[in-house]
Amino acid sequence: MPPAVVLVTGVSRWLGGALAAELAADPSIGRVIGVDTVPPSPEMLRRLGRTEFVRADIRNPLIGKVIAAASVDTVVHMNISSTPAGSGGRAPMKELNVIGTMQLLAACQAAPSVRRFVLKSTTAVYGASPRDPAVFTETMQARLVPSGGFAKDSVDIEGYVRSFGRRRPDVDIAVLRFTNFIGPRIDSLLTGFLRMPVVPTAMGYDARVQLLHEDDALAVLVRATTGDWTGTVNVGGKGTLLLSQAIRRLGRVEAPLPTPALGSVGRISRRFGFVDYSPEQMRFLNFGRVVDTTVLRTEFGLVPRYTTAEALADYARTVPPVVSPRLVETTSTRLRSVLGRAGDAAAALGERLNPAPPAPGLRAVRDA
Amino acid sequence: MPEARVIPLRPDDDEPFVPPTPPPGWEDHLADAVEFLRRRVTGEYETDEFGFDPDLTDHVLLPVLRPFYEKWFRVDALGLENVPATGGGLVVANHSGTLPVDALMTTVALHDEHPAQRRLRLLGADLVFDVPFIGSLSRKLGTTLACNEDAERLLTEGELVGVFPEGFKGVGKPFSERYTLQRFGRGGFVSAALRTGVPIIPCAIVGAEEIYPMLGNAKTAARLLGLPYFPITPTFPLLGPLGLVPLPSKWLIAFGEPIETASYGPAAAEDPMLVFNLTDQVRENIQQSLYRLLMQRKGVFS
Repeated sequence: MPPAVVLVTGVSRWLGGALAAELAADPSIGRVIGVDTVPPSPEMLRRLGRTEFVRADIRNPLIGKVIAAASVDTVVHMNISSTPAGSGGRAPMKELNVIGTMQLLAACQAAPSVRRFVLKSTTAVYGASPRDPAVFTETMQARLVPSGGFAKDSVDIEGYVRSFGRRRPDVDIAVLRFTNFIGPRIDSLLTGFLRMPVVPTAMGYDARVQLLHEDDALAVLVRATTGDWTGTVNVGGKGTLLLSQAIRRLGRVEAPLPTPALGSVGRISRRFGFVDYSPEQMRFLNFGRVVDTTVLRTEFGLVPRYTTAEALADYARTVPPVVSPRLVETTSTRLRSVLGRAGDAAAALGERLNPAPPAPGLRAVRDA
Repeated sequence: MPEARVIPLRPDDDEPFVPPTPPPGWEDHLADAVEFLRRRVTGEYETDEFGFDPDLTDHVLLPVLRPFYEKWFRVDALGLENVPATGGGLVVANHSGTLPVDALMTTVALHDEHPAQRRLRLLGADLVFDVPFIGSLSRKLGTTLACNEDAERLLTEGELVGVFPEGFKGVGKPFSERYTLQRFGRGGFVSAALRTGVPIIPCAIVGAEEIYPMLGNAKTAARLLGLPYFPITPTFPLLGPLGLVPLPSKWLIAFGEPIETASYGPAAAEDPMLVFNLTDQVRENIQQSLYRLLMQRKGVFS
């Protein structure tokens, strides 16, 4: 049964807005309400269609009134900030993430109309450390519980959602643990990171990166909102890349820096709101993280259209390479043809100096 | 009357004479190197979820290790027929030599000398992955963390997994205890094999004990550096970096007859008594092979 009234938080960001627009385009859904602290851009507003926008802070009890008044039955919580830069510092970020979620859950608990809750979570809850198994399944837990930042917030948020589920057993809960997003339109940690022409990385480390294309992220969110699947699921594309490999495929220049230097580069770049190198992001960039997506493909029933490599290739269309692949191609072809010619010349010279032995003639018939 | 049969007069002549193809010259090698560099610059190679980079392994890491294998340690690989050509298998070996060179040489042996060119996926301690450069290179060589999740995932995918259950106790033991096996961990490798039903292939490595004879262990230095041991060998740290050159001992790597585990069923992994018994059986098997190989070897360096 499709939901009658859907409330989407964090609708002013690309993914939240795209989800609301997609839901608004579905005539079987009665109403779509988008909530965010900042109004969506005019372009986003056009896409949102019949979505009703409510400018509200989920940290404020007002959200409860919105849910009760519209008798919302499905809540999609996406207003979780991954970078301090986007929300004006670490303290407001934590406030928005953790207190915001608690307020929203309190409002949901008080509203009897709510029967489904979808959480956009992250695979960052598994942490990133050298003691991790290579591939995480949904039943595994972080070996080293993330100590701060986005990952810690996400662990806390999942915990609050679980206790909400215990208090309201009649509400179906779907927790979607997304890997890093990538794509031409989405603005994620990695898209900002990989757009820099020279990408600073930690010297001596190379992370395994699993990506999810924005279109697949959207498809998973739509299915989780309109379907009736409950549980926790890892969402990521098939296959992995090494961070160095991704940087090379995009034609960027990798600048490996010793870890202490990277810390100060991180502080400077954070000050300019460029790229976030918080300690937990650093750990991710050192060790990486890969998740098993069997549950997604079999139980949830959705196979992402893009593999990790294809998603990166689609994103690559929007970032002009610094190292031109065509230049590399022609250089290597030219080098090889020069080598071939040199080799032929050397072989001809060798032939002249000591000719090959003639083919052996027919042998005599043996006696029986 | 039966049909007439053609009996070849000279069976050897059935094969037409083919001039031998010239071995690839220096220019082909250089062209391969150029092609390899092009792939590295553009990132057009495959890596798997464990971080294994076959392209780098085949073109850089194995060629670097090969001279050590062939010339320096003159490794003899024995009993390669005991390693299955396809499907999963768990190679369990003794660990020694202060630095885990034995793991690298076993990787070369199985890739270069096994008819199916099997890749050995090693399991390493978490310390390995914490160290910059070493950790990322190990992953590129196909190593992953020694934990049941990773081992079972690799074995289910039909990979050949290499494990050294003695761990640091084996690789960092004093020279006076050479060729005596230490405790075999907690038997985690046996439960991984039982759960996936793959054979256990015991492997005895002779020669690695003598590459860096560890005379002493500077425990204070080890604690300061966060290492499990800090070796003192006749040449290290006395000669500085020169002390890192391993002694050219003669190596023998012998793969024993596989111990099959499939008949016990996956539930047997929950039976601690069976796991202990199998662990002891594998350990005893390797210890006996070590003694046999030591008798077989003429001298430490010949």
